[in-house]
Amino acid sequence: MSDITRNDGPTGPMLAADGTPLKRSLARSLRRQKLRALMLIAPLLVFVLVTFIAPIADMLFRSVENQIVSETLPETVLALRDWDAKAGSLPEEPVFAALAADLQAAVAAKTHTRLGSRLNYENSGISSLFRKSGRDVGKWDMTTDGPFREKFIEIDKGWGDIGVWQTIKTYSPRYTPGYFLNAVDLAKGVDGIEARAANERIYITLFLRTLWMSLTITASCLILGYPVAWLLANLRASSANVLMILVLLPFWTSLLVRTSAWKVLLQQQGVINDLLVWIGLVGDANRLVMINNQFGTILAMTHVLLPFMILPLYSVMKTIPPSYLRAAKSLGATDWTAFWRVYFPQSVPGIGAGSILVFIIAIGYYITPELVGGTKGVFISNRIAFHISSSLNWGLGAALGAILLVAVLLLYWAYDKIVGIDNVKLG
Amino acid sequence: MTENARTADAAFVEFAHVQKSYDGETLVVKDLNLDIGKGEFLTMLGPSGSGKTTCLMMLAGFETATHGEIRLGGRPINNIPPYKRGIGMVFQNYALFPHMTVAENLAFPLEVRHIGRTEREAKVARALDMVQMGAFGGRRPAQLSGGQQQRVALARALVFEPELVLMDEPLGALDKQLREHMQFEIKRIADNLGITVVYVTHDQTEALTMSDRVAVFDDGRIQQLAPPDVLYEEPENSFVAQFIGENNTLVGVVREINDGVALVELDDGELIDAKPVNVTRPGERTRVSIRPERVEFNKARLQPGAHTLKAEVLEFIYMGDIFRTRLRVAGNDDFIVKTRNAPDQRRMQPGEQIEIGWLPTDCRALDA
Ligand SMILES: Nc1ncnc2c1ncn2[C@@H]1O[C@H](COP(=O)(O)OP(=O)(O)O)[C@@H](O)[C@H]1O
Ligand SMILES: [Mg+2]
Repeated sequence: MSDITRNDGPTGPMLAADGTPLKRSLARSLRRQKLRALMLIAPLLVFVLVTFIAPIADMLFRSVENQIVSETLPETVLALRDWDAKAGSLPEEPVFAALAADLQAAVAAKTHTRLGSRLNYENSGISSLFRKSGRDVGKWDMTTDGPFREKFIEIDKGWGDIGVWQTIKTYSPRYTPGYFLNAVDLAKGVDGIEARAANERIYITLFLRTLWMSLTITASCLILGYPVAWLLANLRASSANVLMILVLLPFWTSLLVRTSAWKVLLQQQGVINDLLVWIGLVGDANRLVMINNQFGTILAMTHVLLPFMILPLYSVMKTIPPSYLRAAKSLGATDWTAFWRVYFPQSVPGIGAGSILVFIIAIGYYITPELVGGTKGVFISNRIAFHISSSLNWGLGAALGAILLVAVLLLYWAYDKIVGIDNVKLG
Repeated sequence: MTENARTADAAFVEFAHVQKSYDGETLVVKDLNLDIGKGEFLTMLGPSGSGKTTCLMMLAGFETATHGEIRLGGRPINNIPPYKRGIGMVFQNYALFPHMTVAENLAFPLEVRHIGRTEREAKVARALDMVQMGAFGGRRPAQLSGGQQQRVALARALVFEPELVLMDEPLGALDKQLREHMQFEIKRIADNLGITVVYVTHDQTEALTMSDRVAVFDDGRIQQLAPPDVLYEEPENSFVAQFIGENNTLVGVVREINDGVALVELDDGELIDAKPVNVTRPGERTRVSIRPERVEFNKARLQPGAHTLKAEVLEFIYMGDIFRTRLRVAGNDDFIVKTRNAPDQRRMQPGEQIEIGWLPTDCRALDA
């Protein structure tokens, strides 16, 4: 007994002054500190959770969610279970009876058109099929009006098309990879995954284009921004301030104004073309096409994103003392060798930070490509926006967004492997 | 023989009427004339802002002289870019390349000179051994202590065997003990290699212990250029007297100058003898300078007929090897006397009235 309470005993746990084990009282005091710290950041934590994590989680959920089919047509989905989609024959009467019952309920709840739109993403034409049938099915008497198979085909021959039934069966599970398959130009057919028709394949091309255009934009930002950042870091304070204002100036102008300015400059009747025609460099008949294509997007976005390259570069270069270059030269290095062997390696963290920043902003950019990109110069984000606000195919939009997110994370991971994320300095 | 005599004669580094202005309004270096011999260890000493670094940078080629000519080995180098000058340089913050290992740092000047791999490695190893850093070749500069970085910087400046090495306050960031040790090391290495060193410091002890000659800078001019002992014992003007070592000053007017001895009347009317250094005629105001260890208060040791002054003891400080006594002399409350701690040495009490004197040669009448 006395052994346990002895504070200075050679064996047993170390005890605090009040007799509790030292480890436990340390943990307790630390816990209090941690709680207090947590309470300090709690508002921010909640804000981030609500505004950032939750939408992403929602997006990821929507990209696979497909409950609308089984909720609107519960009986039909059940009845379709035994139907062999590959056999080449239409479902039997019980399925049509179940469909009639489900549709009546859906019409009463006004949900049948929504289901039509949903299935129309997978098989165009289904939307009108549901709308048309909804009007008539509502008037049917379920007990006396059977059999329903012929009556459905009477309303619309679509119901006699096996393809329609295959679509309903394929998309009857509550969760589907269909949106993701769609987002990479594949489709979920009766026999499993199949490629889409050649004229429907757009997303892979769009992803690749977004990727290489973002890389091009990042590279041009680096080429243009590096010397500017160097000047900023090495000029006298007064001149550097003026230059810094010029670099930041774009931030004070609306993005729309800047992008529209590029339209004015670049269009075929625009300032640059007029000038080129006037000095006789190009003929009036073949004015250059510089906008509504990839060139226009790359040019305008390089301009928009340049500060995001210059600022991290500058903040890193500012910390490189000029004595390194002097030391290199005093050791016999020419200006170029001194730059390349001594200055450049030390500016790599800035290059990394600037490039990651520009690339990640570029890959998700939307407004500028929308305004100056035409059809050939748009990004995947423009397609996402289209699905969110025009076609209302949120599932597909979410799947595209999720793929974009994963692509960025993958690139980030690759960067960490190759360059090391510790090497990135943002300030 | 004649060949040798000629090279010894001609200065290795020459500044001829060099001026420098950064802003076109003020001269930071005003008419600098300086000859540095081959193998010499020359120190530029002066307060901060006196233009030492600027001179060094002009020699290294990082700043251009506004006027005048700088010659190296008899050749004007004003228009030669730094990397062709072949001058080794040690910077105050060492400027070791942080992304290279110690060995890579040392190999850098050899690589840019296209020296083959085996020879390069041998030279790097030899240079590292010279500064006792042989075991640290694989480390990054950030993994070294300040003193070790200093050694590496020194080795890097020497590895390509330059004949001239410039050092700008290389020991400024080290603590006192390490600094004293490195002073000795640098001096030893410089002597062994027979290189010419131009060394910048604002620490007078460093300048006195290391140099063959010291150039004292102030206000963009060399105030005195002399070996350390001459500088200490025979300062040519009151700035040098004040700047180097501890010094007592008394202010007065020259009454007469006879046979190389000036009679100075202090402001409180007392008369003393002094050696005229840069006073030429009676009536001139002068600042008389006496080193604390040259003041004598044992009358028996003074020359017969020497002038003495009354003094009141204000403070007695026991410092172990020496006694330091503060006196009031001719209205100056900060008159310091240093005496050796010898068995027969008297320890004075505050309030005591004594008489002090000195040899006229130890008391220098300088500009006011
Ligand atoms: N790059 C520069 N631009 C403008 N003025 C400078 C520059 N370098 C030094 N100066 C000025 O020149 C004077 C001498 O400086 P410096 O040679 O560094 O003195 P020291 O090395 O003796 O301390 C100082 O007044 C300093 O402000
Ligand atoms: Mg300096």
